[in-house]
Amino acid sequence: MDYTASELMTINAARLLRDGDSVFVGVGLPNLACNLAMRTHAPNLLMIYEAGVIGARPSRLPLSIGDPTLVSGAAGVCSMYDIFTLYLQRGNVDVGFLGGAQIDRFGNINATVIGEYSHPKVRLPGSGGSMEIAAWADRCYIMTPHQRRRFPEKVDFRTSAGFLDGRGQREALGLRGRGPQAVVTDIGVLEPDESGELILAALHPGRSVEEARANTGWHLRVSPSLRYTDPPSDEELRILRQELDPQGIYL
Amino acid sequence: MSDDKRKSSHKLISLSEAISRYVRDGDTIYLAGFTHLIPFAAGHEIIRQRRRDLVLARATPDLIYDQMVAAGCARKVIFSYMGNPGVGSLRIVRSEIEAGRLEWEEYSHFSMITRLQAGAAGLPFLPMNLTGADDLERANPNYRRVTDPYTGREVVVVPPLHPDVAVIHVQRADAQGNAHIWGIIGEQKEVAFAARRVIITAEEIVDEAVIRSDPNRTLIPAFIVDAVCRVPYAAHPSYTQGYYDRDNDFYLQWDKISEDPARVQAYLDEWVFGVQDRDEYWHKLGPEVHARLAVRPRLAAPVNYGDY
Repeated sequence: MDYTASELMTINAARLLRDGDSVFVGVGLPNLACNLAMRTHAPNLLMIYEAGVIGARPSRLPLSIGDPTLVSGAAGVCSMYDIFTLYLQRGNVDVGFLGGAQIDRFGNINATVIGEYSHPKVRLPGSGGSMEIAAWADRCYIMTPHQRRRFPEKVDFRTSAGFLDGRGQREALGLRGRGPQAVVTDIGVLEPDESGELILAALHPGRSVEEARANTGWHLRVSPSLRYTDPPSDEELRILRQELDPQGIYL
Repeated sequence: MSDDKRKSSHKLISLSEAISRYVRDGDTIYLAGFTHLIPFAAGHEIIRQRRRDLVLARATPDLIYDQMVAAGCARKVIFSYMGNPGVGSLRIVRSEIEAGRLEWEEYSHFSMITRLQAGAAGLPFLPMNLTGADDLERANPNYRRVTDPYTGREVVVVPPLHPDVAVIHVQRADAQGNAHIWGIIGEQKEVAFAARRVIITAEEIVDEAVIRSDPNRTLIPAFIVDAVCRVPYAAHPSYTQGYYDRDNDFYLQWDKISEDPARVQAYLDEWVFGVQDRDEYWHKLGPEVHARLAVRPRLAAPVNYGDY
């Protein structure tokens, strides 16, 4: 069956969501993953947007984090200070999606700068909401193409925290979120082991351990219980292509 | 409270007069609005009046600060997400920073908004829980840590932000500046209370009775407002909920325009310096754009405040 890398990642991310989760949603693929989950196994998903929208029911594909379609028909709207305090800091968000230019061995993310901070070689957009989402959402998921430059041993700048230098360090700080739970790539799925190090937990159909290793910047260990993901189903692909992103803007 | 804010009869003025009267070279300004209600008309007027050495603060600089930086208005930006929302990079701000020609001061969204909340509430600082990601704390000395006197644990604190001037675009306001906003309300209320001078631009100027018919919708009260300007379509290419849609096509076009300094200059010459005001700008966009951005009504159920 034919499907793109974006479709594969979106479908596998959607499967990680549980019915009843409150999700801090970003635009693009995370938004598609949430809407797919809502139309399949998680009809009671609560979508929260950092712009201050609670229980969004977008009737068209949102093209920005503050798209007006998120507001019309939503359960509620509040200020950004409220969304980051009453919802996120207070502990009312189950799932956050994160992205970035670099993700390291312990799931720390760089979305700020390549090179030195004060003399940037490449200046990236910066944190936005991600610094606090990574700290305080109960579970965080990351979707990214599997390329060596995106997976260095250490990030140039820690925009948001994974397990820092190891799970114990994160736990010692008392952050309420449990940290990154899965990195979904186009090759497979990485998950943290007991030390917080990302290891290969699953491969997508037709992909290999060697491929995953060749595209990772540290020596990628393989889970003793390595899984294979189910291929995208006809129904998942139909919903994505026909209902959610018919113009192929993100897929 | 300054006398100006109280003299309500003089507040309703043109946008060009408001910018001329209240925005000075070197000011810290905050054009409010998270994706929604971004005051593009005010930004263009500031460019036309050739203000210089401004400190431009916004959580998301968006295209308006990209244009103001390109026009030479800014010496520094304060931000928490420097991208073209939904598109990619904010090319001009980014390249000026990379070239070392533009100062910057950076936060996460939450710490940026917390600075405004502290400013709005008249507090010396506000605490936030630790995030574990402390590289930005090391890069920006405005982040400090203090010990929570109750638990003995560390918290991160930021100081208040008090912009010299805030510009807030709203759906409707009365002539004194009582302003109704609905849709995404981002950081508008906090910016208005934190700032020293407040300019309101409004899609519509309405009778005070309209405001008083729905007091829960008043985000900004007249007594903190210095100037009120009637500026329909002031947010384009951003949007005004219920009035017109976001011009996502223009956000994509800007990604191309901003690749080339000559095209940026041509854009500013044609669409900022080449028009007198927002009316002329909107007219120049033409009927196809107007039709593309038109939005069908979707009304709220009325609420009953009761006749007491």
